[in-house]
Amino acid sequence: MSDSPARATIRRLLRHRLFVTGLALFLIVLVLAALAPWITTVDPTKLSIRAKFKPPSMDFVFGTDNLGRSLWSRTVWGARLSVEIGVAVVVLNAIFGTLVGAISGYFRWADAPLMRINDALMAFPAILLAIGITAVLGPSTENVILALAVVYIPRTARIVRASVLVLREMEYVQAAVAAGAGHARILRTHVIPNALAPLIVQLSFLFAYAVLTEATLSFLGLGAVPPTPTWGNIMAEGRQYMIEAPWIITIPGVLLMITVMGLNLLGDGLRDVLDPRLRLQA
Amino acid sequence: MGRLLLLRLAGAVPVLLLVSVVSFGLMRLIPGDPSAAIAGLSATPRMVAQIREQLGLDQPLLTQALHWYGGLLQGDLGRSILLGQSVFWSTMQRLPVTMALSAYALAITLVVGIGAGVLAALRQNTWVDQAAMMVAMLGISVPNFFLGLLFIIWFAVGLGWLPTGGYIAFTDSPWGWFQTSTMPAVSLALLNIGLLARITRSTMLEVLRQDYVRTARAKGLPRHLVVGKHALANAMIPITTVVGIIVSLLVSGSVVTETLFSIPGIGQLLTSAVLGRDYPMVQGGLLLVTALLVLVNLGVDMLYAVLDPRIRYER
Amino acid sequence: MSLLSIEHLTVAFRSETGQATAIEDVSLRLEPGEILGVVGESGSGKSVTALSIMGLLPEPAARVVSGRVVFEGQVLTGMGEHRLRRIRGPGIGMIFQEPMTSLNPIFSIGEQITETLAAHGERDRPKRRDRAVEMLERVGIASAARRLGDYPHQLSGGQRQRVMIAMALACRPRLLIADEPTTALDVTTQAGILDLVLDLREQLGMAVLVITHNMGVIAEVADRVAVMYAGRIVEQSPVELLFAEPAHPYTRALLGCVPTLDDDRVRLTAIPGALPDPRTRPAGCAFAPRCGLRVDACEAAIPPLRPLGPTHEAACIRTCAG
Repeated sequence: MSDSPARATIRRLLRHRLFVTGLALFLIVLVLAALAPWITTVDPTKLSIRAKFKPPSMDFVFGTDNLGRSLWSRTVWGARLSVEIGVAVVVLNAIFGTLVGAISGYFRWADAPLMRINDALMAFPAILLAIGITAVLGPSTENVILALAVVYIPRTARIVRASVLVLREMEYVQAAVAAGAGHARILRTHVIPNALAPLIVQLSFLFAYAVLTEATLSFLGLGAVPPTPTWGNIMAEGRQYMIEAPWIITIPGVLLMITVMGLNLLGDGLRDVLDPRLRLQA
Repeated sequence: MGRLLLLRLAGAVPVLLLVSVVSFGLMRLIPGDPSAAIAGLSATPRMVAQIREQLGLDQPLLTQALHWYGGLLQGDLGRSILLGQSVFWSTMQRLPVTMALSAYALAITLVVGIGAGVLAALRQNTWVDQAAMMVAMLGISVPNFFLGLLFIIWFAVGLGWLPTGGYIAFTDSPWGWFQTSTMPAVSLALLNIGLLARITRSTMLEVLRQDYVRTARAKGLPRHLVVGKHALANAMIPITTVVGIIVSLLVSGSVVTETLFSIPGIGQLLTSAVLGRDYPMVQGGLLLVTALLVLVNLGVDMLYAVLDPRIRYER
Repeated sequence: MSLLSIEHLTVAFRSETGQATAIEDVSLRLEPGEILGVVGESGSGKSVTALSIMGLLPEPAARVVSGRVVFEGQVLTGMGEHRLRRIRGPGIGMIFQEPMTSLNPIFSIGEQITETLAAHGERDRPKRRDRAVEMLERVGIASAARRLGDYPHQLSGGQRQRVMIAMALACRPRLLIADEPTTALDVTTQAGILDLVLDLREQLGMAVLVITHNMGVIAEVADRVAVMYAGRIVEQSPVELLFAEPAHPYTRALLGCVPTLDDDRVRLTAIPGALPDPRTRPAGCAFAPRCGLRVDACEAAIPPLRPLGPTHEAACIRTCAG
């Protein structure tokens, strides 16, 4: 049996109970999102006034809303949107957070100015800044992604910077410098791969925050514009009818919870296995 | 101490300055013509021009910036379009409501979060620990607006114990305040309880392993002093750092919680400003709230020094 | 009756990779006012022995498997935490290797001494303070009254260890356990601390159990010495006799290395090989793999401690020959 480090890590992850639970929860949502066009037969925006306020049944697994729209279709398409937004925010963070963090940690001249800007952006309460940005740019999926990226990139950059700072002082990096390796090469071959563990952990938690914050924004009416279904706007519309038709808010609410919890458990598991030193940051 | 305060204040100044730049820049990012956006679709060109003039958007950017900073220095953040009032005073009026709610939620968070975290650490790997950490995981995973909705369904509508929304100031009726604030405060607190319990647990586990805890036991101190004094006092230092973050999260959370429970605080003010395209209000409110949070974090830094003599005596 | 007797004590540690015996069948006696040195490499089980006396082993990982500890006629092993804590302090005081981390960084040294007195029944605040000042003076802290408000980080390493000693002795224990008391200190400070321990023994009449890896420390302070190897006591005798006529090959190797205080570096590295893994100790004498006198019989069974004289015993089947 070959025992490459990567394989050993994966084996340890698969033995980690919380990680596996988290993975399973997240996979549920991921599968729903990926298969949305095939597992929903009814258009999520199709109105059917005669079928309004149907509780979950054989015909409508998740019931219908105040306009008779299928909640199964709506939540599954909502899942797709949540996952898309989450992935976009994570990718943007992985690129720009790493870039800013690596530059800031590696080049002393860049550190102070970049980190002051970081501090300023982090001083804003996360949701307030996201709201401010989407308010200015107008509510739309792209703008939500942009807002979430702006809000969270400084946090990612800070984590990358911290690991780069530690690494920069390490002997093998200094040896590479002494051997005359260029900055770009050192960053690419030594610094970035070793800053990866904390970054991966951060990104899985970030995915959770992104999904949660997006839901909050669209609950407030600042996300994707109706009738595009998002978990947040389904819940916002269902709020008026939460007594007569509690399933309208409960179903997307529970799915949202499953997603966030799955990602949090995933992050905990990754942290335990990849980078036990981070445990203190909970 | 005084020296440390000055140092931290000096550190806060550039952050505040940049925060003001971001707030100012935000409004200039509006695509197209902000005056038209504010005036709405049915506005006549004259109305648009009027708004443009009123907001000074017809001026060059530099003039606008000078105007904005000139106003800032006098505590003038502009005038709310929706309310027709000064942004500063509208914010200040709502501030006590949000502060009272946040303080209530913070108190719940500290008591329950630290309590659960310490208990979990002392009973590491037992069912107590696992149960506490499971609840904490739930806490950081349930969106607070969903929790708020569930609370309304269960406790307000179902059981009829508490009102579904609205707000009574503490100064008008402490009991009324308690009734109207409890559901919002608890739904706000849950996320933070989860965070704090997790951090407290891992910090306590770390601290309980330290040599000085063994010393405290070796000299025959009773358990409540070993844990409650020697261990907890040290654990409080990293925990304090988190309090700054928690306050920021509480303010963030108040946006949706206040909207949900119809509480006339800053969160609700800003949400309606955003939805009503009241840009001066959004910009000024954002700046004011963030500036206050920077001050809170300054206070937390000072608290840090109170707790840790090694920082207190730093030259 | 001895002040302290450890009888056939065996302590095991449980970990993810299985169970390991840290100390096995350890027996020691300590008379009032006596200084007993326990010497051995790190990993030999000497610190575990010290911690198990006080019930301070890290639970639930560590467990007393068999044997018992008797202090002044009371059996400490298996005693409840509540009763045990009344012995810690007034009965037995303890100081540790790292004075830096053993003092709580966020309380003043005065507070840390007086709280000990308060926990053991001294109700009167001024009396506690006076006692703290008295103890600090005894351990040689200058202008003690003014130093009560100092925090550990304001003191030097030697001063911190003096404060630890003052704290451990504040309740006038009959026994002081010193676990590597000088290891973390520089050479001149080491000598000062050892002199202090000797002085305090004269003044206060307590017994001392010194745990160390340094034969120099043993030579300086101990009346009697027990040598530990791989969790067992391999030789025990009065200190002069041990230095004059070491019986066990391990003891001889130890003495061959370094009997002085100032040269801590060279210490035990001169013995080839390393301590056996506690999970896979050999069936016979644990020192056999490193021993120059090894014969086949060494690997057959664990040699018991055998008397070589009225006060001297060793666990080596070759001792009579050697």
